[in-house]
Amino acid sequence: MTTNGSGFFGRLDWDSFPIAGLIQNPNTNEIVANAAAAIVIVGVIIVVGALTWFRLWGPLWRDWLTSTDHKKIGIMYIVFAIVMLARGVLEGVVMRAQQAAGPGDGFLEAEHFAELFSTHGTIMIFFVAVPFVFGLANFLVPLMIGARDVAFPVMNQISLGLTVSAGMMLMVSLVVGEFSTGGWTAYPPYTGAAFNPGVGPDYWIWAIVVSGIGTTLTGINFAVTIYKLRAPGMKFMRLPMYCWTIICSSILIVFAMPPLGVAALMLAADRYLDFHFFTNDLGGNMMNYANLFWLFGHPEVYLLVLPAYGIYSEVFATFSAKRLYGYNSLVIATMSIAVLSFTVWLHHFFTMGQSALINAVFGIATMLIAIPTGVKVYDWMATLFRGRIRFSVPMLYGLSFLMLFVIGGLSGVILANPTVDYQVHNTLFLVAHFHNVLLPGVLFGLLAGYNYWFPKAFGFRLNEAWGRVSVALWTVGFMVTFLPLYFVGLMGMPRRSFSWEDPSFHPYMIIAVVGALIILAALLSVVVQLWISIRNREKTRVPVGDPWDARTLEWSIPAPPPPYNFAIIPHVTDRDNFAAAKERGTAYPSPDAYEDISVPLNTGIGFILCVLSGVWMFALVWWIWWLALLMSVLMLASFIAWTFKSETERIIPAEEIRRQHEAWLDLVHNSQPVDRDYETAPENRGLARPDLEAAT
Amino acid sequence: MKRAPTHSYPGLNLGRRHASADKASEVVTFGFWVFLMSDLVYFGLMFAIYITMIDAQAGGPGPAELFDLKSIFAQTLILLTSSLTVGLAMLALKYNLPRWRIVFWFCVTLVLGLCFLFLEIRDFMSMAEKGGIPQRSGFLSAFYGLVPLHGLHVTAGCIWLIVLGIQLRVFGLTDLLMSRVVRLALFWHFLDLIWIGIITIVYFGGLTYG
Repeated sequence: MTTNGSGFFGRLDWDSFPIAGLIQNPNTNEIVANAAAAIVIVGVIIVVGALTWFRLWGPLWRDWLTSTDHKKIGIMYIVFAIVMLARGVLEGVVMRAQQAAGPGDGFLEAEHFAELFSTHGTIMIFFVAVPFVFGLANFLVPLMIGARDVAFPVMNQISLGLTVSAGMMLMVSLVVGEFSTGGWTAYPPYTGAAFNPGVGPDYWIWAIVVSGIGTTLTGINFAVTIYKLRAPGMKFMRLPMYCWTIICSSILIVFAMPPLGVAALMLAADRYLDFHFFTNDLGGNMMNYANLFWLFGHPEVYLLVLPAYGIYSEVFATFSAKRLYGYNSLVIATMSIAVLSFTVWLHHFFTMGQSALINAVFGIATMLIAIPTGVKVYDWMATLFRGRIRFSVPMLYGLSFLMLFVIGGLSGVILANPTVDYQVHNTLFLVAHFHNVLLPGVLFGLLAGYNYWFPKAFGFRLNEAWGRVSVALWTVGFMVTFLPLYFVGLMGMPRRSFSWEDPSFHPYMIIAVVGALIILAALLSVVVQLWISIRNREKTRVPVGDPWDARTLEWSIPAPPPPYNFAIIPHVTDRDNFAAAKERGTAYPSPDAYEDISVPLNTGIGFILCVLSGVWMFALVWWIWWLALLMSVLMLASFIAWTFKSETERIIPAEEIRRQHEAWLDLVHNSQPVDRDYETAPENRGLARPDLEAAT
Repeated sequence: MKRAPTHSYPGLNLGRRHASADKASEVVTFGFWVFLMSDLVYFGLMFAIYITMIDAQAGGPGPAELFDLKSIFAQTLILLTSSLTVGLAMLALKYNLPRWRIVFWFCVTLVLGLCFLFLEIRDFMSMAEKGGIPQRSGFLSAFYGLVPLHGLHVTAGCIWLIVLGIQLRVFGLTDLLMSRVVRLALFWHFLDLIWIGIITIVYFGGLTYG
């Protein structure tokens, strides 16, 4: 690696490509690194080739990349998240394999292993969990509150563009240069210029800064959408539980993303401009970084898990055929968690030199979070109690979550005690704990939501049998991989160690790698399920739109929904408005009159900013100053040019809406209602027979 | 508080006939407030960092050698006056005065903003002459992380003034542009608010505790 950055290409040269390392020094480590780079390149070639072969560039551009429709943006977020999930899981498997290959050094070099755990963490949090959570929110929130779009559709597109370009930086780092070795937290001074002069930390910094801006804009967008765009009658206490969790997440984003941006930019100032925020000399203080990072980092985990709680709340209510138990207490618990999440950040560094008193205060605050969370668990169980439960795929994810998440939560309460934390910090016990809350909590929730709302988004159901296989594999794979890590962590095995010697760790490492392979199979089963479902889609179509006899507004419209969502904006009179309407027999009303609807026009600004910001980040990482400057100017210019556009909306005439809506209403009246017992059968066209009708 | 039947944002002159534009500007103005809150957290954290690093001078020059209160006083007067002039632009909007009045007050605000930036940069240069560069100590890093961040916001505000002034000339007073004027004024007042924090904490606080 050259440190001379004066040339036309900055510090970029032939040695920056991993293939150079393979030629000079062919060993397992280089082969793994080059295989990863090759997967990225081959993946890009396949995608570009397929798009060209099937002549899809035009439709991709017109219908997706320039779309401002919140539903399409949501779907693009989720596709991106699943691609990144594949990489994250593969990295996890390689890491487990490395540790299982011990005692001794395994097959990877220490630097490479450090890159793996750094990218794994960064990807899973910022480029899997966040886009998946906000992809679902994008798709669902306007439908649930009875709105035609989010508050700022173009800003929504820009958020997506920035998130994707930042994620692409992690892909680029596989092919050009290397990623940070400093973990997903990137603590200085290790990541400072003195110890880490290479490009790795710079990739991390700019990916975090740019995706952070995208996420902040998303948070603002959803807070405003839910506060201001609710349908008439949709009071706060009538909001679906999921929307409550998204408000809380949005508030957390608005207040918690700035500390991350500040921390990353200060680290950039240290590295690029020789500032002394976090250096060892001249008055730098790395504790400021630790505090800033976790001031963001702790609310971050709640902004991920709260929406998952929201998904479970909807799933439990629907598949128990009951109203959600304890709605008010769930709202209060959600808000309490959101507030408490700002008071506990210090428990991430109990061992870094605070007084015992301060540790005790933060330890108690941490334990307090168990109270609202416990309230939620009891509310969900009470929702199940005496319900007419169907063990569908989302429900199975939910049940798996209930059991496993309680274990993860309890290990968190153990860790909240500073004296215990001194013993187990920096061991695999911690790794087991946070995977135990993040997999059953966030990932299972997202997969439950994916299975639950898929028919709404695409108009056909996912394959039930493969869904069950998937649940089983995820659950078993999770348990086999991570539960042994609790034990080996208590035995003292440090986290993030590429090499270990104590032979008593060995059996646990072997079990864990088997589990990792099961998780890999689980990921494949998700892909197989999707493939089979697409192939059999004619048999599982649900055009009427309510396949699960569900309760909230998004199910009262066709599947897939029209671009304008609601032909007539509903007037909400109840919590679970659609369920109440079905009980009263007033679902699917025929409106007297239709109105013109204006929807936002397509625009390319999000895609343009995505590309420009991607090149901008690359230029900064490689010190290609002229290019960075050029991109800054172009970004500013294209944004200002966009503000000169005065036509931003197009009108869909009332006649067109009448035609589409009446065709759908005809379909509703001509469809055969299906009882819940047959909801997975081909007869289910999306019209549910409510209980009362079945009884009579 | 009683809910006003019309005129959620009085500067906009949107009456009953403009219900949809009124609704749109309410959403977008609220969104801008939320953005400002998020931005405020950025500044709040930079203030906190400055306070924790006020002693981290590492033998380099401190506040007493570096800060020039006369210049700060001038900058304060200029920035507060610019808040007045942007307010006058808002009043011109509210009372349906001719469009050139708005553009005129924008120009005055822009000149004042540029004067402020000129004085600020002159201060930085004179600090640098005395060895007060960000590379010298943690304290100076924190100073240069915070005060130029505010300056950068003022620069962004100046660019916005120019762009919006041009748009007002080209398109006239459309609903969209009226709502942008309201947001720009909000942003400008926000910069003033931050500046009050900077003179209190960075300059007075620095001279007292540094």
